[in-house]
Amino acid sequence: MTVTIDEAPSARTLTEAAVRLSGVSKWFGKESDKPVLDGIDLTVAPGEFVCLLGASGCGKSTLLNLVAGLDPVSAGSIEVTGGRAALMFQESALFPWLTAAGNIELALRLRGVGKAQRRSEAERLLSLVRLEGAAHKRAHELSGGMRQRVALARALAQQAEVLLMDEPFAALDAITRDVLHGELTALWQETGVTVLFVTHNVREAARLGQRVILLSSRPGRVAREWRVDIPQPRRIEDAAVSELAREITDELHQEITKHARLAQNSGTQRSGIQSKETRRNG
Amino acid sequence: MANETATFESGSFEDASLDASGAGGAGIERTATTTAKPVADNGQSRLATLEAGLDALDTAAAGTRRPWWRVLVSRVLPPVVALVVTLGIWDLLVVMHVHSGEIMLPGPGDVWDSLTANWGPSRIGAAIWDSVYRAAIGFAASVVIGSVIGLLVARVAPLRAAVQPLLSGLQNLPSVAWVPIGIIWFGVTSATIYTVVLLGAVPSIAVGLIDGLDRVPPIYLRVGRNLGARGLDSVRFVLIPAALPGYVSGMKQGWAFAWRSLMAAELIAISPSLGPGVGQVMKFAQDNLDLSLAIGSIIIILIIGIGINQLFFAPLERRLLRTRGLSRS
Repeated sequence: MTVTIDEAPSARTLTEAAVRLSGVSKWFGKESDKPVLDGIDLTVAPGEFVCLLGASGCGKSTLLNLVAGLDPVSAGSIEVTGGRAALMFQESALFPWLTAAGNIELALRLRGVGKAQRRSEAERLLSLVRLEGAAHKRAHELSGGMRQRVALARALAQQAEVLLMDEPFAALDAITRDVLHGELTALWQETGVTVLFVTHNVREAARLGQRVILLSSRPGRVAREWRVDIPQPRRIEDAAVSELAREITDELHQEITKHARLAQNSGTQRSGIQSKETRRNG
Repeated sequence: MANETATFESGSFEDASLDASGAGGAGIERTATTTAKPVADNGQSRLATLEAGLDALDTAAAGTRRPWWRVLVSRVLPPVVALVVTLGIWDLLVVMHVHSGEIMLPGPGDVWDSLTANWGPSRIGAAIWDSVYRAAIGFAASVVIGSVIGLLVARVAPLRAAVQPLLSGLQNLPSVAWVPIGIIWFGVTSATIYTVVLLGAVPSIAVGLIDGLDRVPPIYLRVGRNLGARGLDSVRFVLIPAALPGYVSGMKQGWAFAWRSLMAAELIAISPSLGPGVGQVMKFAQDNLDLSLAIGSIIIILIIGIGINQLFFAPLERRLLRTRGLSRS
């Protein structure tokens, strides 16, 4: 990780991209007429913190899976610096048969770190998320917030230049979530890692992101984009954050309203057919 | 150990609460008046204490461990009581039946006398050793064969479609049913006995492994892949540990089936060349109308079956479930 800290400033040139998506589309099976994602263009600069926001059905998790290389794209291309990105999920997905330190050591081992270094490196990563005392605890002995911090340490152990986060704090209580927002922001500033953060929580996006990207739903397209110049550390209660959240929410509601109109249209059609049938029956 | 962590946690919790109450009013003042101070650092340390407080609150309830003697009382006492009650009822039945004279029922004392008296002459000690030895060999072979079959069936789709129903079917078939075929093919030899043991245990172990593999949450495999575990690494570091609980319960059942099948086979396939076995002791008891010895043999079979389960499989399973937070205790 120290290596990344040293390298990060020099790598942070404006022309370079940590993640570049060009015309990315995704559909499942052969339904190319019903894509989940449709022609997404997105460039994330090295060290940037980008929040992807959208209602359900916008394919934001699908997008992360594509960037993580867990699923193939149907069309378009994705480039990630270093070739791979670390991924964090909503549930911590810590391996229950390993301790907190064991989970991190496995990530290090799979990265090819020697046995002697693994232990000290795992300790260092745990102290980075302030869980020095939890090294020997198992997932079920930790609270939800602590689990996510271990998962974050495990993701950092991968030493990828890009960190993908799929609603990592969605299952946490508001107090813990708020604290982890601060934690993540501090870690991001410290390590210079590039973050692509998916959420359906508007305030969270406004609190964390340097850039917020709103996706439309079915199919997922980039609907609008905000550059957020509020300096970190921000607080979720900050007036500027609330102001932005309000603006984004309005836009998001407009996106969602479109679907209500669509549903209404198909609804009236359906009822029309029904009335015809009842007439026929009568 | 448990005490240490408990005091550490409560200590850090107090620190955090003190800090929070102290900083409540002053925190705002500080940020408002002294903007020259490094804001990030201040925020960092406040974040740290806040987080320590949350962690302490979240884990305060954990860490109370039951004393060993209470574990002993709750685990050991009930089966001991059950055993004593059973022996009591048994003895009572004997006392009541002694005068009716219709059905012979030896008492616990008679069985004990019969076992000790026959220990030398009927070579019960050697018989127990022989049976356990056969069961161990048969079970070990079953684990190897069952694991290979289970792994193949779980991973190869056409094979699964073809073989999985057969495996469940074999679990229903009493493996004694293979004794006649075994004797016709191999004669009354060890091969017959091992065939029966294998056919009894292999399906359970294979099915257990398949179940275990099927129940691996897909997210673990995705995480494994993201961490860089591919091919054999994925099997070794993710798939096998994740499937272990199902596999172990399959082995536990496999042992029960192996032992049960062995007893049935020994009871039927008897030959001087085979050496003694608990099943043969039972057959000897039947031929000599020695009811005490027959009941004694059953008790020996029970003790070995339960004993090996309690010694090996139950602790292993308990440990697996406890470390994963799946057991109640």
